Amino acid sequence: MLKKITVTVNGTQHVLEVEPRLLLVHMIRELLNLTGTHIGCDTTSCGACTILLDGKSVKSCTILAVQANGKSITTIEGLAPEGGPFTPLQEGFKENHGLHCGFCTPGMILRATELLAHNNNPTEEEIRWGISGNLCRCTGYNNIVKAILYAGAKMRGEALPSTEPEFV
Amino acid sequence: MIQCKTSKEVGGMGHSLKRKEDARFLQGKGHYVDDIKLPGMLYMDIVRSPYAYAKIKNINTEEAMKVPGVVAIITGKDLEKYNLHWMPTLMSDTQMVLPTDTVMYQAQEVCAVIATSKYAARDGREAVKVDYEPMKPVMDPFKSTDPSSPVLRTDKPGKKDNHIWHWQAGDKEKTENVFKNADIVVKQQMHIPRIHVVSIETCGCVADYDKVNHHLTMYMTTQAPHAIRTVIALVAGHVGLSEERIRVVSPDIGGGFGGKVPVYPGYVIAIAVSFLVGKPVKWIEDRSENLQADSFARDYHITAEMAGTKDGKIQATRFKVLADHGYTDAAANPSKFPAGMFSIATGSYDYATAFVEADAVYTNKPPGGVAYRCSFRVTEAVQAIERMTDLFAKKVGKDPADIRMQNFIKKEDFPWKSPTGWTYDSGNYQAGLQKAMDVVGYAALRKEQAEKRAKGELMGIGISTFTEIVGAGPSKDFDILGIKMFDSAEIRVHPTGKAIARFGTKSQGQGHETTYAQIIAEELGIPAENIQVEEGDTDTAPYGLGTYASRSTPTAGAAAAIASRKLRDKARKIAAYLLEVSEDDLEWETGKFFVKGAPEKSKTIQEIVFAAYTNHPQGMEAGFEATHYYDPPNLTFPSGAYICVVDVDKETGGIHVRRFVAIDDCGNIINPMVVQGQVHGGLTQAIAPAMYEEMIYDDEGNILNGSLMDYLVPTAVESPKWETGHIVTPSPHHPIGAKGVGESPTVGGPPAIANAIIDALSPFGITHIDIPITPFKVWKALKEHGAYDK
Repeated sequence: MLKKITVTVNGTQHVLEVEPRLLLVHMIRELLNLTGTHIGCDTTSCGACTILLDGKSVKSCTILAVQANGKSITTIEGLAPEGGPFTPLQEGFKENHGLHCGFCTPGMILRATELLAHNNNPTEEEIRWGISGNLCRCTGYNNIVKAILYAGAKMRGEALPSTEPEFV
Repeated sequence: MIQCKTSKEVGGMGHSLKRKEDARFLQGKGHYVDDIKLPGMLYMDIVRSPYAYAKIKNINTEEAMKVPGVVAIITGKDLEKYNLHWMPTLMSDTQMVLPTDTVMYQAQEVCAVIATSKYAARDGREAVKVDYEPMKPVMDPFKSTDPSSPVLRTDKPGKKDNHIWHWQAGDKEKTENVFKNADIVVKQQMHIPRIHVVSIETCGCVADYDKVNHHLTMYMTTQAPHAIRTVIALVAGHVGLSEERIRVVSPDIGGGFGGKVPVYPGYVIAIAVSFLVGKPVKWIEDRSENLQADSFARDYHITAEMAGTKDGKIQATRFKVLADHGYTDAAANPSKFPAGMFSIATGSYDYATAFVEADAVYTNKPPGGVAYRCSFRVTEAVQAIERMTDLFAKKVGKDPADIRMQNFIKKEDFPWKSPTGWTYDSGNYQAGLQKAMDVVGYAALRKEQAEKRAKGELMGIGISTFTEIVGAGPSKDFDILGIKMFDSAEIRVHPTGKAIARFGTKSQGQGHETTYAQIIAEELGIPAENIQVEEGDTDTAPYGLGTYASRSTPTAGAAAAIASRKLRDKARKIAAYLLEVSEDDLEWETGKFFVKGAPEKSKTIQEIVFAAYTNHPQGMEAGFEATHYYDPPNLTFPSGAYICVVDVDKETGGIHVRRFVAIDDCGNIINPMVVQGQVHGGLTQAIAPAMYEEMIYDDEGNILNGSLMDYLVPTAVESPKWETGHIVTPSPHHPIGAKGVGESPTVGGPPAIANAIIDALSPFGITHIDIPITPFKVWKALKEHGAYDK
């Protein structure tokens, strides 16, 4: 029994027929072939599948596609035009070595996008709590925090913090 | 300050070049295995055992076959017809691909469901009915070799117990004599528990067998694609999969840390199914399957002893290990080293003798013994030696920093022959520790601690001054399944002076696309930006043993430098021809040859390369390409001095890591930003086993924390702000003086944290707690030591 839904993904409207049990992340990856949204667990723990649903960061593994009916979705592919220019966060991650294997990166950036949309001048502690639903196994988080601080400064139009490693 | 010989534009060694690979990851254009979609592709899901040890009485697939979309269900009996139901492990043990009669651990693969969609495969999996006859599992490794325990590996003819192997190094008799006569002996039983790498991407593959051309393309999450291709050819050669018809592609890998070195049954089943049906088959495991069934790390029970004089000179150590390998030895160590590099357990200290031994046993736990971001059991060794050094210091009554300074191998004593047979290449341990103490403000911290103690507050300072052993390895001693552990680089420079370089290794996030390019840029003067690095496709890359054990820079990195130097030799000949001078009259400066005494007469590398295709000397081979297979003369020995500061809440046992200073010495540094990034990541994977992670089983063999709901991977909140730094002691035998760094922090970090926590608790007489040191364990130890008595 398929259900018809209408979703707007990265600005493009799609009318899809989906199984009611289809997870949103599978809709994004398998039906729309937007593979930048990743799957890292089966318990809503890792955040690799984070997307923006009507501007709010959500873990798309724990939402059914039918629940997104009529809503607007942004995935990593929709943040900036292919080839750039990058958003301040994408730039911040690159400049500050905020990624290694890249698997958690899309989810991390989308989560941080919402975080900065609410507060573009967060403290380091607010950032750490703010991304605590997203796991990264490679970076040790230092440079992700630095990347988000950098993006905040860029959004506020302030002088950008140094991107040199503090490696005494 | 790191000195650079090249300009920023060239971007050779020492520059914190931003990573070339980042652009695709930041735009969602990374290409991981699960992103692959091929026409007609089938999906595989796996039925797993709920029991740790059981007879399979029946597998009923009738209902499952009726599920729409299910096309086949594969059991061990099906694979048996092709003799594909067993496979070798990388340690030359054997492992079931699918069982024909008995399951040996919980979550073991029982049968595979193949369907036209992911969801149909899962529906089919739920509909398979398996009748089991559960048996009492062997869970305690200490009881595994009791005569009362059942022999688990009845598949091995003549096997009469659950003992796998015994291994030892050092001088037993000499060590015993030292212990007999020593002023001071300290002894501690410790467990380095079973943990899991939890790369954020799980394991998986797409096996694509083309029946017309008899060709298999295997896209898979592997750290060692070339070795895997050879293993597939060896295991499945008898059904026609010969090596020239196998292509293994390791695309972007979402973290590896050792967990993507082994061959898991899922890969083999997918290949078998694709081979039988002639369609591509995708298998991607769930996180819970990954945690419950894929290779674990650690699980060493260690009886550690240290002997020394009353004034603090360490004289000998003795370590006895019981290694729980689960159902099969599926570690990924070099063949001659079943306990890996555990015999590095004498650490950074200069003493005459040591003896280490290990015995491995089977139990009804998942198989493994892989590393978790660690070079072959070094973490276990370092945890033991660094904990024992603190216990010894306590007994002697000296500060742990002083005891280390007193016992360090001196920098002038390198190369240093260790009592267990290694030759350490270089080091400057005193300088490293001194720098760490200066950065952290050691004396002031000890003063603060004394003041806090007077007020009843618990503050601890922990040190770890470790020596790593990486870069396996010299072919005379190092192989995996007989394949020598060299690695390779192939460089092709195009006529316009831009290059492509291919390697036998495979980055899983380490940044090879940037750092290898920097090595070539350093050697040839071609800007790193113009050097494209490729790895992971066995059809195009030269053969190599892959990326793990911090071996990429020590092996393939060295190969890149030497291949570049071969090209530089050719460039000299071409330049001499172009400038009409003798080769001896030429001098090299980054990016060009010039005539001695006439620097205006020069040829840039780009001009020389262009000539190699358009105007090369007659008689010389055209083109500008070189390949090198590097067989290292020795391992490399990175080191580090780490200091951790913790505050412990006496009432709750809560632990706050206030500061952590890591000073690493990985020899010459290719890219400081990348090295620092590796240290950050490794430190979070150090705090993880030190304070949070452990796979826990009950007596019936049930895993109690088999999902990320219960297995605690540190988040940004648990992970402290790491403070990092470096000293540089180049490796004398490595072409660019580098040593490797990816695993140093994971190896050296846990004992610094453990030592800090124990130091905080020491006023109550607490001398040891096994990692992970949780608030509950701290509270319990405090209670047992009377901290809450009125």
